[in-house]
Amino acid sequence: MKKVTILLLAFCAGFSIMCFEIIGGKLLAPYFGSSVYVWGSIITIFMLALSIGYLIGGKYSLYQPSVTKYGFIYIGAAIAIIPTIWFSEPIMDFVFSIVEDPRYGSLLASTIMFLVPTIIMGMIAPYSVRILTESTASSGHTAGFLYFVSTFGSAIGTIMTSFYFVLWFEMNQILWLTSGIMFSAGALALVISFSEQQSTDKAATSV
Amino acid sequence: MFDSLSQKLTIVLFAMLVASSASAKTIHKERSIYRNVVITENNNERCMRFETRRRAISNQACIDLTNKQRLVFEYTQSIMAGLAFNQAPKRILIIGLGGGSLPKAFAEILPDTEVVSVEIDPAVAKLAKSYFDYQESDKIQTKIVDGRVFVKRALKNNQKFDWIILDAFNGDYIPEHLLTVEFLNETKNLLSQGGLLSANTFNGSKLYDYESVTYQRVFDQVRILKSPSKGNRIIFGCNCSAIDQQFKMDEALAKKLAPYGVNLYKALSRINAKVDWDETVEPLTDQFSPANLLNQ
Repeated sequence: MKKVTILLLAFCAGFSIMCFEIIGGKLLAPYFGSSVYVWGSIITIFMLALSIGYLIGGKYSLYQPSVTKYGFIYIGAAIAIIPTIWFSEPIMDFVFSIVEDPRYGSLLASTIMFLVPTIIMGMIAPYSVRILTESTASSGHTAGFLYFVSTFGSAIGTIMTSFYFVLWFEMNQILWLTSGIMFSAGALALVISFSEQQSTDKAATSV
Repeated sequence: MFDSLSQKLTIVLFAMLVASSASAKTIHKERSIYRNVVITENNNERCMRFETRRRAISNQACIDLTNKQRLVFEYTQSIMAGLAFNQAPKRILIIGLGGGSLPKAFAEILPDTEVVSVEIDPAVAKLAKSYFDYQESDKIQTKIVDGRVFVKRALKNNQKFDWIILDAFNGDYIPEHLLTVEFLNETKNLLSQGGLLSANTFNGSKLYDYESVTYQRVFDQVRILKSPSKGNRIIFGCNCSAIDQQFKMDEALAKKLAPYGVNLYKALSRINAKVDWDETVEPLTDQFSPANLLNQ
């Protein structure tokens, strides 16, 4: 049960990262255009953020890893997306006024808006591996399956956003959806962790 | 056996010959960070197009080598009808340079007018100069930048234009950030009092309704000029209260425009206010702009 839930959550994280990235590109276009360098800026910042997130997430998993903490990473990411929804316009206005070159303008705006939430989302992958791994021998298998699930989630997130969500919703609604998915995922992790705690407590008292 | 091989070869060669003579000859290919640009020549007509493997070819610009003044495309001729709205614009902004036929014509007709052309692709600007006689001067300028970025920057610098021409849409790809209420509001704010906007758009997809409503939302009186044979539609809007009173037929102007292939009388008679779209759809905005998905 726990294993399936963690996999579901990893799927949600992969899904949300790509929703966020695709919408990021659309957000920047009114200020910096939609040239190849705007997408270059976004992908650079996302890759950079994920790499930092992997590093931090891996380190964090060394200290008393728990599903509760895992859930809080999701909730943290959900909250970190919200400033982008509320303040993207003033942020881009500001960057536009200080940077003339749209290449560096889009890079700076991406850094301000996308770096922190994406770092937090990047922490999820190594932390999931830590939670699911039962032995050294099976760790490669566990990691491989997790990458499969979360990257598959990313693929679905990309196609849903670019083919359908932009047709069905406004961009801010899609960002709220992303934040909502991450928040629900975090809440689910906390519920699982709580019920697990109770059952171990019960087991302990019955002994 | 050799016989049948040589027969096959002959057929193949013959087929290739037919194919090449039927299509235009490629005389130059320019690498671009967007889509490679190709210059072709066919029957004294030189054209610029984006490299494509698709069968449907749309030329971005053409020049008649026997009569370089003539505007080859019907829609560029239609855009020139905007001169009947204001015969002496001091500053013109063109978004989407193509072969530069419009700025070239303006340089001849309006030698004192400043014409700024915004083009995103440096390869297009380069080819306009080397293959389409587009020339820069202190009055004729080219800016290599995204149209939206230029407009935002120009607004910040308090610039004004008397005429803005949007020609950044080709039939198959739409820069979505150039087709939203916010963008059109920005162009409207960039227009001087009484300034004119002309946009080259396309007929015939679901986008038509959305696009029309978007223009309507910003320029509440829009006027339409449809090309008689091709799928182009010019939308006129103005930063003024009564658009119709400003379009005036003028014999002297008609004479001036005739060498460019513009029949001013006909063009003006085609301008109308007929609403042939579904007005209940939502306008496109920066928040909701699936223009390419609607253009399927």
